Amino acid sequence: MNTPSLSRAFALLLWRDLLLAYRRRTEMINPLLFFVLVTTLFPLGIGADPALLRQVAPGIIWVAALLAAMLSLDSVFRSDFEDGSLEQFLISAQPLSILVLAKVVAHWLITGLPLLIVAPLLGLLLDLPAASISTLLVTLALGTPVLSMIGAIGVALTVGLHRGGVILSLLVLPLYIPVLIFAANAVESAGAGLPIVAHLSLLTALLVLSTSLSPLATAAALKISLS
Amino acid sequence: MLRFFHQLGSPKHFYRIAGRWIPWLAAACAALMLIGLYQGMVVAPPDYQQGDSYRIMFIHVPSAWMSLFIYIVMAVAGAIGLIWHMKLAEVIAISSAPIGASFTFLALVTGSIWGKPMWGAWWVWDARLTSELILLFLYLGVMALYSAVEDKRTAARATAILAIVGVVNIPIIHYSVEWWNTLHQGPTVTKFGAPSIDLRMLIPLLVMAVAFKLFYAMVVLMRARVEVLQRERNAQWVRELVDIS
Repeated sequence: MNTPSLSRAFALLLWRDLLLAYRRRTEMINPLLFFVLVTTLFPLGIGADPALLRQVAPGIIWVAALLAAMLSLDSVFRSDFEDGSLEQFLISAQPLSILVLAKVVAHWLITGLPLLIVAPLLGLLLDLPAASISTLLVTLALGTPVLSMIGAIGVALTVGLHRGGVILSLLVLPLYIPVLIFAANAVESAGAGLPIVAHLSLLTALLVLSTSLSPLATAAALKISLS
Repeated sequence: MLRFFHQLGSPKHFYRIAGRWIPWLAAACAALMLIGLYQGMVVAPPDYQQGDSYRIMFIHVPSAWMSLFIYIVMAVAGAIGLIWHMKLAEVIAISSAPIGASFTFLALVTGSIWGKPMWGAWWVWDARLTSELILLFLYLGVMALYSAVEDKRTAARATAILAIVGVVNIPIIHYSVEWWNTLHQGPTVTKFGAPSIDLRMLIPLLVMAVAFKLFYAMVVLMRARVEVLQRERNAQWVRELVDIS
């Protein structure tokens, strides 16, 4: 039996995960609903003054995105762990880090990308100006993949645990802070008419760094968790 | 010399050698701490702006240094454990986590007590305070992961990975937070050439820093000894040690 090439293995696994997600469409909606719901809670909690909402909107939307990303993390490896596919990945001829990268990319396409679609709507609800909304989209596009990449390490470490969820948040949330800071600051600066190139460059740097390093760490963590 | 290090790698010899070192470390630590505290509390002059209240620095600054130092020790020991499968390195890494968390907590508490008269608030969202708080969360994460995994060898290796990921992230977190907001006084010790701190304040500070390092060395050996005993509880030498016939 000849083994498929790296890129083919990557594409096959990506396609498989997308297909699996498509067959379970309702599960895709849940993080999205959570994202909208959390954002709706804030005006109810802090008052509906448009000026106030405009001021805190970047932070609110980004914190909600952070939580939604974190909650959806569990599904990256869960079903593969339960039905044993994960062990098959481990013993396959392809490097585990490439397979992990495919899974994380698929996970982002399923749970991260939809956030981008509803985010403008939330921006409108919180009275964000148009310039901020476009920046919000750019920061979400750059930032949410970082969240998936970093989160994958945490999931890989906790995948064998029975109550991994709470520990996962403890492991992952502190590592999310830089993304939150740069992204929310960028949206805020855009609203104030300040330049945002520095923020976006830093976010891009985080994206490049996490994409290149996190699959390696995730693969190492998976090997330990499944040993 | 080489043989000594080789022996140190085996739990049985480590247990014996560490037991012999602990009293010496304790004595040196106590002596230095007494000297440092005396110099700091009595000999050092009051600050021209902060009066006597700056003296909490002699606890605050060494604990803040230790909080970072121990995290790095933990990550390095974890990496050694992962790469060369050295059980003892894993034990050291794991035993370091609670000590590091305590130092971080101490730095936060003393900083808060210091901040109240100086800045007029117990807590401000200043960059270094915030990154210290995040460091505490990182420590707690490591400890939570270790206690959650049943098999302790797997747990030690998993936490090693987490600690290494944390070490990569600490500078990023630190600078992102720094950039976000800063109010803290600038570093006054590490400037090259003439430090902007009075020598009579600097010396007790450094003495205290060394004393804290010795304290850490002592406590980590004590914790590591217990951890070794627990892990090796079925080994012959432990049975002989506790004299279960």
